[in-house]
Amino acid sequence: MSIRERLSGNEAVATAMKQINPDVVAAFPITPSTEIPQYFSTFVANGTVDTEFVAVESEHSAMSACIGAQAAGARAMTATSANGLSLMWEMIYIASSLRLPIVLNLVNRAVSGPLNIHNDHSDAMGVRDAGWIMLFSENNQEAYDNNLMAHKIAENKDVQLPIMICQDGFITSHSIENIQLEEDSEVKKFVGEYHPEHYLLNKKEPIAVGPLDLQAYLFEHKAQQGEAMKAAKKVILDVSKDFEKWTGRHYDLFESYKLDDAEIAIVCMNSTAGTTKAVVNKLRDNGVKAGLLKIRVYRPFPGEEVSESLSHLKAIAVLDKADSLNAIGGALFEDVTSSMYVAQKNVPIVNYVYGIGGRDTTEKDIESVYTDLQEIIKNGKIENPYRYLGLRREAK
Amino acid sequence: MAYNLKEVVANKPSRFTEGHRMCAGCGAPVVARHILRALKEEDHAVIANATGCMEVSTFIYPYTSWTDSFIHTAFECAGATLSGAEAAYKSLKKQGKLPEDEHTKFIAFGGDGGTYDIGLQSLSGAMERGHDMLYVCYDNGAYMNTGIQRSSATPRFADTTTSPAGKVIPGKMQSRKDLTKIMVGHHLPYVAQSIAVNNMKDLYEKAEKAIYTEGPTFLNVMAPCPRGWGYATEDLMQINKLAVETCYWPLYEVIDGVYHITYKPAKKLPIEEFLRPQKRFKHMFNPGNEWMIEEFQKEVDNRWQELLDLEELTKNNSGLFKFS
Repeated sequence: MSIRERLSGNEAVATAMKQINPDVVAAFPITPSTEIPQYFSTFVANGTVDTEFVAVESEHSAMSACIGAQAAGARAMTATSANGLSLMWEMIYIASSLRLPIVLNLVNRAVSGPLNIHNDHSDAMGVRDAGWIMLFSENNQEAYDNNLMAHKIAENKDVQLPIMICQDGFITSHSIENIQLEEDSEVKKFVGEYHPEHYLLNKKEPIAVGPLDLQAYLFEHKAQQGEAMKAAKKVILDVSKDFEKWTGRHYDLFESYKLDDAEIAIVCMNSTAGTTKAVVNKLRDNGVKAGLLKIRVYRPFPGEEVSESLSHLKAIAVLDKADSLNAIGGALFEDVTSSMYVAQKNVPIVNYVYGIGGRDTTEKDIESVYTDLQEIIKNGKIENPYRYLGLRREAK
Repeated sequence: MAYNLKEVVANKPSRFTEGHRMCAGCGAPVVARHILRALKEEDHAVIANATGCMEVSTFIYPYTSWTDSFIHTAFECAGATLSGAEAAYKSLKKQGKLPEDEHTKFIAFGGDGGTYDIGLQSLSGAMERGHDMLYVCYDNGAYMNTGIQRSSATPRFADTTTSPAGKVIPGKMQSRKDLTKIMVGHHLPYVAQSIAVNNMKDLYEKAEKAIYTEGPTFLNVMAPCPRGWGYATEDLMQINKLAVETCYWPLYEVIDGVYHITYKPAKKLPIEEFLRPQKRFKHMFNPGNEWMIEEFQKEVDNRWQELLDLEELTKNNSGLFKFS
């Protein structure tokens, strides 16, 4: 039976980790994810978990130690934010190339510089093509649930890729909200045991991991990673179905909110979806056919499904909480537009870069986006498809 | 324990196989093979390797020279990577998920670039956290894998591709970092400096102690590089011998903070003997550069004296720095 609780996003993640009881956790403090290893080391200190907690001297070493542990045959988990992930960057690619199903909780924060500790998605976007599965979470409940599903997805034989679970720094990581927790024993049953096929600690079959991989093989190995990422989509759906059978909570590749009969819609990720839902409700009351598509699975990107779900709209706004600084558009915008183009769905799309460095995004801001979309329909054209939302004045 | 090293060498199967692509006359494979020989035959080992000559010459997909489990991730994190594997071992053992009667030892190999420089933080962290592992630095005194660039282990005046002996600057102008002492400063239960010399007894015994001392241990082993140092490949063992006989590379161990010099030359040879056969020091023998040899000799003398003093100073130390 589910347990009703009130937890912050970080507490929710730490609770999930306690219930998962991974063999090794290696982590380094960085705001706003610090609480996760903090809470977790208390579980270690009190003997609540069997985990070896490795209090490393940097995030680079955190990911290195996770790689060593997972390759050795253990379940390894870590958590970080922003610059911590940047420092891990080299090892992030190595983890996925070694096909190690490590689970990382990324509490999204602006990457320096200048230094800023608040939320945006620039950290996640910096590793979006690194071969990790990336799930985004609107609130503490989704962060918790995504953690419970993570190992089953990542460790699946058809996948064997590391997985990153994102949630918004401070906005959800430090806000206390209601949550439904599952029983320890039920979690244990659902997550199951980890039995890797090959691992360093198997004396009967020593293995060598991480070769020099030259022209004759690297291409094939990279293609295998790509195929695994494609295969992950079905596995994520299967695991989500099993999860729903167990908890009653439904998860898909993305959430469509009042989208089926909508004329205008916003595409976004993480906590902004909550604000957007409130605005959609308000607009619906006024007869405006507004909708929302909230991305949950960002990697693998569900391009076909997204373009299908957006194809009936008259105008779309994609919200990017990270600026790609490339003079063409944010990362999510590019993913959505290229998916639409490939599927030959021609709907006017506009991009908003918003919420950078923790800039508050209010209902009023979101409402202005829907107003803009209505204008676009009326005028039949988009001027400046790459815009800012909530910027105090035009950057010059 | 009485043993016959010849028998060990002849009878124990090598855990580092032939067919690797290290250069002829390179000191590193000799070091790796010999250290692994100190493992008990029945023990399993997980070897970690920093990126470098050794890694790229011994594990080129789909071939490997390592008969034990082996992991390479990147240049600067052999220490951290292996500490993760060791933590996994501890955790799985504790949970009864690994056979009780099987033992795994953890050994990392890194060159001086991956150890003195880019990997120093990761090594320091792993040692400080007390993982039960041995880290071996094979010190060839420069970034040899990328083509002989200076490292903080490069001796003063050496000619490298980023400290070339030019018309104005005569090679590397800085002295070499004393990594072994930095590791002693971590208060480890066992730290030693060795080399493949004198039938390699010194290296074998130190490797055995380092592997089978519980906790984090460190071995710094000089491993000459024929390309970087400019000696004839067949002279490897002679170069090793001269490094020891001139006290350029003293052999010693530090057990729980107590220094033991494991070899004291009866007659310390002048440093020229070590420098002359190596092309990297050739410019030091040009007329007018005598001061360079003098300075080099002074540094060797000072460091040797410091070591003698430390041995004297710590001889009555009853585990003041004991690791527990």
